[in-house]
Amino acid sequence: MNPASRSPSGLPASEPARHRGLLARIHLDLPLLTGLLLLSCYGLVILYSASGQDLHQVEKQALRLLIAFGAMFFLAQIPPQTLRRWSPWLYGIGVSLLIAVLVMGVMGKGAQRWLDLGFMRFQPSELVKLAAPMMLAWFLSSKPLPPNWKQIMVSLVLLAIPVLLIAKQPDLGTAILVASSGLFVLFLAGISWRLIIGLGLLATAAAPAIWYLMHDYQRRRVLTFLNPESDPLGAGYHIIQSKIAIGSGGLYGKGWLNGTQSQLEFLPERHTDFIFAVLGEEFGFIGVLVLLTIFLFIILRGLYMASQAQDSYSRLLAGALVLVFFVYLFVNMGMVSGILPVVGVPLPMVSYGGTSLVTLMAGFGMLMSIHTHRKLVPK
Amino acid sequence: MSGNLEFKNYQQEGRLFTHRAITAGLFVIVLLGGIVGRMIYLQIIDHEHFTTLAQDNRVKLIPLPPTRGLIYDRQNRPLALNRPAFNLEIVPELVPDIERTLEDLDVLLGISEQDRERFHRLRRQKRHFESIPIKLDITQEEAALFAVNRHKFPGVSIKARLTRTYPMKEIMAHVVGYVGRISLKDLKTIDASNYAGTTYIGKTGVERSYENTLHGQVGMQEVEVNALGKAVRVLQETPPQPGRSLRLHVDAALQKVALDALGDVNGAVVAIDPRNGGILALASKPGYDTNPFVEGISSKAYKALQTDPNKPLYNRAVQGTYPPGSTIKPFMGLAGLELGLLDLKEKKYCPGFFQLPGHDHKYRDWKKGGHGPMDVDAAITQSCDVFFYELAHEIGIDKLQQYLKQFRFGEKTGIDLVGERKGIRPSREWKRRRYKQVWFPGETVIIGIGQGAFQATPLQLAAATAAIANGGHYHEPRLVAEVLDETTGEATPQPGKTHDIPVRNPSDWDKIRDAMVHVVEGPRGTARRIKNEHYRIAGKTGTAQVFSVAQDAEYDEETVAEKMRDHALFIAYAPVEDPQIAVAVIVENGGHGGATAAPVAKKVMDAWLLGTTPTEPEGASQ
Repeated sequence: MNPASRSPSGLPASEPARHRGLLARIHLDLPLLTGLLLLSCYGLVILYSASGQDLHQVEKQALRLLIAFGAMFFLAQIPPQTLRRWSPWLYGIGVSLLIAVLVMGVMGKGAQRWLDLGFMRFQPSELVKLAAPMMLAWFLSSKPLPPNWKQIMVSLVLLAIPVLLIAKQPDLGTAILVASSGLFVLFLAGISWRLIIGLGLLATAAAPAIWYLMHDYQRRRVLTFLNPESDPLGAGYHIIQSKIAIGSGGLYGKGWLNGTQSQLEFLPERHTDFIFAVLGEEFGFIGVLVLLTIFLFIILRGLYMASQAQDSYSRLLAGALVLVFFVYLFVNMGMVSGILPVVGVPLPMVSYGGTSLVTLMAGFGMLMSIHTHRKLVPK
Repeated sequence: MSGNLEFKNYQQEGRLFTHRAITAGLFVIVLLGGIVGRMIYLQIIDHEHFTTLAQDNRVKLIPLPPTRGLIYDRQNRPLALNRPAFNLEIVPELVPDIERTLEDLDVLLGISEQDRERFHRLRRQKRHFESIPIKLDITQEEAALFAVNRHKFPGVSIKARLTRTYPMKEIMAHVVGYVGRISLKDLKTIDASNYAGTTYIGKTGVERSYENTLHGQVGMQEVEVNALGKAVRVLQETPPQPGRSLRLHVDAALQKVALDALGDVNGAVVAIDPRNGGILALASKPGYDTNPFVEGISSKAYKALQTDPNKPLYNRAVQGTYPPGSTIKPFMGLAGLELGLLDLKEKKYCPGFFQLPGHDHKYRDWKKGGHGPMDVDAAITQSCDVFFYELAHEIGIDKLQQYLKQFRFGEKTGIDLVGERKGIRPSREWKRRRYKQVWFPGETVIIGIGQGAFQATPLQLAAATAAIANGGHYHEPRLVAEVLDETTGEATPQPGKTHDIPVRNPSDWDKIRDAMVHVVEGPRGTARRIKNEHYRIAGKTGTAQVFSVAQDAEYDEETVAEKMRDHALFIAYAPVEDPQIAVAVIVENGGHGGATAAPVAKKVMDAWLLGTTPTEPEGASQ
């Protein structure tokens, strides 16, 4: 049975390598690349407005995108087998660096997330975003799927180590992203639904414990999320102002550069975490639908590419990377529109900022590598 | 890994993954659908609500206060002006080191502790980019000194604004009044939205009674503000409508003449144009400088004014009530003629006292030994008391008070000034209300010479005299002649109401007027010293008792302390043939009306009718 015929994107099955275009020869996937480029351009247009028409910031962001696309291109050239071999090493390095950051943080003054390499600052958690799903995919794919109880427990421990280290930094947003990437690997590996529901119930039961472990400012965010009007000038201000921005945009929006909430700076962090509210205000519901369509296209194309992969490691890794991308945008849009608590997750490819952008694009590079390095095995 | 001994079903694993991928894809679609649903709720269903909130966020209304109307006298001399005043202001955002700047300014111009306190208080209330005054109303020298050193003070600047100024100072204090900062009490009486942005409100005088005309209509500027509250641009503007100006009937030069004529003594002069009720002068001595009240007078200075025994804040012309004394006699005489009680041929005999039938009490005449036989003309001319004791008794209090009411004694004249007092017009009802006592006939007797409980204001006397002068047309006295629209140049006259005093026999007016002419021109007239060849005056002297003399004691001017001396009164109009001015004068503790009050009235009438205005009043040249 050809899986492609059931692919969600409905695209035709891949052609043999010799018929592939130039892009495929340099290990790029045209539809995915198109989606990412569209998203980047749309993002820059919104950023120009969200930055208060600061061309300098737009240029800087364009440069970051260029670097990110470079990272994507670079990783696309590395065959999946190599990635697979690296997995445990990357995981080991990532966890060690997280511990190093934590120790330095304890010796320094409180929260620290990065290592100063002299020429740049490096966030180990960014490496772990990729290393954690790679490690789990490596571990699970070495055994028959679906995994048994023992393997699931080992996977959860492997996942819990970096997640807890990141949460301790404290960086709740990244911790959630890393945790979800690992859980997606497990999900895609085929753990039983009964177990999924069981884990869900366990998580609900663990909520009070999580509450106890949270920092004050994190608790405040949750409380503010539950009732933003309780503190309209303090913590609730972000959510209230972004809801006003989105709501006042209406169906067609106020027009590019004409959003009063964004241009008059009522909207906080308008060019970073809350840039989605700028889009909602200036381009309205239609603009939001356009963005969602591009996102959906990228996700479905990614899932299709994952399902076309030829070995379990590639499939699990590819699928998890795509779903993490979805978690990014869902958590961001959910928080900006007031249905999820405020956690510091940027809108992928649109928010101003570099580190997570490079990581994301590196992930897409891996996805392209997996898709374009397939061996021609006749079915 | 390759060393795996367990069996791997690759095809089954692939199928399992595809199932899971499709499930995940559907999950993604459902969750994104949730986002779409949220967007529909925010952007379409609740769109209007959020639009309102966004609008409230960004649009701010800034009131544009109107410019207050000016006040001129009848010769267009300015009485109340808007003067540009300069404040030294600081924008904290632009100042690198506030404390140092304040110290440097202190060295340069002197910053008082009070200035500092106000500055720090305002600084806490305002945003850091807003301008805050540090020194109010600096002089031109200070402004120049600052301008030279300006480069040393970034963020400090001189701001101009309008403040009220009264060039005539104490001369027009009781007429024009003053403005002051709006108090909480004022806020209750005004439409607060119209006063948004306005600093001053009329507190006394014409400034208060014409507040609505002078103030104008507030304008509004709709500005877009950013999250910091800083105005970004103007969206819409409704310009303010400036207040309209006033031209008074009052002549500042005549007012000055009246005040000067009073000299050092306390008193009041009211001059009215009998043709229309326009007030030509409304002088109350002493006056006070109204300028310090504009920015808020210091409590020490205010206390000094309040406790001054000469009561400068008190407007004697409209708030001072005095027994009218003999000046009431012409009105009594008219009542007697009207009621047919005084046949011109019939004379009453004045033995120097009057006794009610069956009573021992003697009501004395001012002239020992009496005036002998008197008719109404002679009684007014010589101011015979006995004649009017008897007449009042014959008329009776009920009819008497009705006649007096027509001349608005005991009533408000209706002048366009707040705080006018009614005085007292005694009657049975008044006595019952006030003292819960019945009326005694003896009280009627002394009402006949304007004594007893009878109290009238100089304004009431002047307005009533004007009504005699013009033959019974009582014009409500008016300070303001016209309301001027400075932008269009349009002038709207402000006439007061007029009511006619009905008489059965119009020739009765002439009889009374003739008698008043004889007061000045007759050989035995009590005001014969002001007779002159330039124009003819009709008048009546009066003396109001402050201190009652015991039944058989002598009133000796020398032995009675000045405070206890009688008030001198005089009412007059001129020229007799075509009355153009009616005057009432009271000189407190001035003794006899003919001696002290009449010359004051004469000077005022001279100035008005002969144009002998000596000098321009102080400040009028500005």
